[in-house]
Amino acid sequence: MEKDIVNIGKSVVIKGELNGSEDLTIEGHVEGTIQLREHVLTIGPNGRIKAQVFAKAVIVLGEVTGNVTATDKVDIRDNGSVDGDIVSPRVAIAEGAHFRGSVDMQRKGVQAPAAKPASQAPAASAPAAAAAQRVGA
Amino acid sequence: MGLLDRIATRRLDADALPALSAPADEPIFATKALRKFLASLTSREMPVLLDLGPVVGSNVSFFGEQLGCKIFVEDIFADVDRHVREGRLDELPAFLARRFPQADGEVDGILCWDVIDHLERAAAQALAGQLTRVLRPDGALLGFFGTAQPREARYTKYIIVDEVNLKHRAYPAARGRQTILLNRDIIRLFPGLRVSDSFLLQNNLREILFRKGS
Repeated sequence: MEKDIVNIGKSVVIKGELNGSEDLTIEGHVEGTIQLREHVLTIGPNGRIKAQVFAKAVIVLGEVTGNVTATDKVDIRDNGSVDGDIVSPRVAIAEGAHFRGSVDMQRKGVQAPAAKPASQAPAASAPAAAAAQRVGA
Repeated sequence: MGLLDRIATRRLDADALPALSAPADEPIFATKALRKFLASLTSREMPVLLDLGPVVGSNVSFFGEQLGCKIFVEDIFADVDRHVREGRLDELPAFLARRFPQADGEVDGILCWDVIDHLERAAAQALAGQLTRVLRPDGALLGFFGTAQPREARYTKYIIVDEVNLKHRAYPAARGRQTILLNRDIIRLFPGLRVSDSFLLQNNLREILFRKGS
């Protein structure tokens, strides 16, 4: 069966919410929110995204500023760039890719703990004590 | 196949050899502390890691598979380089003191690599204070410390091969290591932590695993 893939071209600028039920490749600029819950989103080499992204899989060859959530995989290819937090069970970051943020690879079926208070008091620190140095390797 | 064809084929095979072998500048070294660092985190559900080095995709995948964790990548080497290039090194301690957005005790494990070796004392103290702050009680910090000062201005990416081996990949830096710290100096930098394990490797790298008191 032939798979539908939609392209957003280089000259296209979208501001707002982008929803879809087919795979999408973006070469243009998108600002806002992108939701392709069951499909693959590809940010092409010319794509520039300032958005919260939700998809089954996200492949980044261009630039993404914003948080990326994928139920399957996030793949940042060589020269791809992500400035934001990633939540996905599988994450691949190529040598030469740029990434700044956090990567959350929670195991499926494990519930996230309740959020901690923002300024939890640090525990009293134990005095420093050096363990006997071992020589290894 | 004629004689010339066979010679040409052989030459092609010979040319291909260097590409197939491991690059000479990426030696693999044993690590004693990484396994213990991992062991300290496996009891935690969805631990939170803080990686102070440049992002290494295979390391992210490794920790994700091993721990199912959340990793903050905060590349301190890039910060140092930026301050060197902009001639604002005197601002680095203050920058590091407000660098980390993580809440107190939010992080279960810190991959410090050899960042401390590349900082002057004031910057190292500011960083150590912040790392102690964000580390949860009983959390672990893995640090590497050199015993010799190389002349080259370069950093090292530590690429995890498996839990007992690391690949070292050098890359250009704005400046080289700043200090060779004695063990007592390292311990004084982290007054809120205790040394759990310390190893001197054959490549003269000291691996120190710190734990925060519970």
